[in-house]
Amino acid sequence: MGALPGQTPPRVKVEQLKQLIEKPSDQIQVINFWATWCAPCIKEMPLFEKLGQTRTDVAVTLVSVDLDLDPNPAKVYKFVERKKLKSTVVILDEKDPNVWIDVIEKTWQGAIPATLIVNTKTGKRTFVDKELHEGDLEKLIDEVK
Amino acid sequence: MKKVLSLLAVAALLVAAAPVKEGYDVGDKVADFKLKNVDGKMVSLADFKTAKGFIVMFDCNTCPVSKAYNERILALNKKYASQGFPVIAINPNDPTVSAGDSFEKMVDYAKKKGYDFPYLVDETQNVAKAFGATNTPHVYVLTKDLTVAYIGSIDNSRDAANVTKKYVEEAVDALLAGKEVPTPKTKAVGCTIKWKPA
Repeated sequence: MGALPGQTPPRVKVEQLKQLIEKPSDQIQVINFWATWCAPCIKEMPLFEKLGQTRTDVAVTLVSVDLDLDPNPAKVYKFVERKKLKSTVVILDEKDPNVWIDVIEKTWQGAIPATLIVNTKTGKRTFVDKELHEGDLEKLIDEVK
Repeated sequence: MKKVLSLLAVAALLVAAAPVKEGYDVGDKVADFKLKNVDGKMVSLADFKTAKGFIVMFDCNTCPVSKAYNERILALNKKYASQGFPVIAINPNDPTVSAGDSFEKMVDYAKKKGYDFPYLVDETQNVAKAFGATNTPHVYVLTKDLTVAYIGSIDNSRDAANVTKKYVEEAVDALLAGKEVPTPKTKAVGCTIKWKPA
């Protein structure tokens, strides 16, 4: 799932994210929910970029929820290109937040930035719906190890 | 016996591991609060003697989703305050994290937008925590006796042109008619509340 650097982020359904969360893999899945209009999301993004570039035991996926407001993904494409994002970026293509938000995390009310960290081998997971700062991601990853 | 004890131990662990449930659910009774309004006066729900209920709205100056809903929030108060369901807006954002949400900026914003409802500052963030609010905007419709009747978003589209379900209006209309709220809980993409740094 996802695009390589310089490519266009694909649209995904929540079922595909569910696969990512549930299918056992050797890497800890770090899944961040963001949008181009969300200032704290953009502020914390370098932490995810750095994490994905420096750790082989972790897979980072940046899930844009931009389509919620604007059905045209052009803003996301431009953003990914301008920031030269190296992490996997996908665009969530779902209509009803009353359905898809619960599939990701029952306690989540839909506020972004939000991050889900899953150890797919044990099913251990941790979820935060707030902006993360230097060192936070490493701590959260340790929680699911 | 040993087996029972180990089962008990497992049960205890499970209870300990379960996340502590914060905030109100539909059907819970909320505690009244006293917060400073943009006019400098302290406001409590108890001050609204003739209210039949409340549209409590966690909101702020800065969130793009809040901005998209601003006109609709004003319209909600225009439509329902006179029917006994005033909008009570509460800004819980910490101004050290979000400078645009300082009390002074709130005063300016309320003036500029022509707020004719209270816009309260939740300086300690204790009210937002008590409610379990996480988003802006995040709505709690309360009945007269402060029981939660609805939690969630204002409607089902941030783009006003695409709204097909007006959740808050449906909830208040139902309460005014003495009927059950058709959709008591919804979710929507929004901004996180800017909590004070730990």
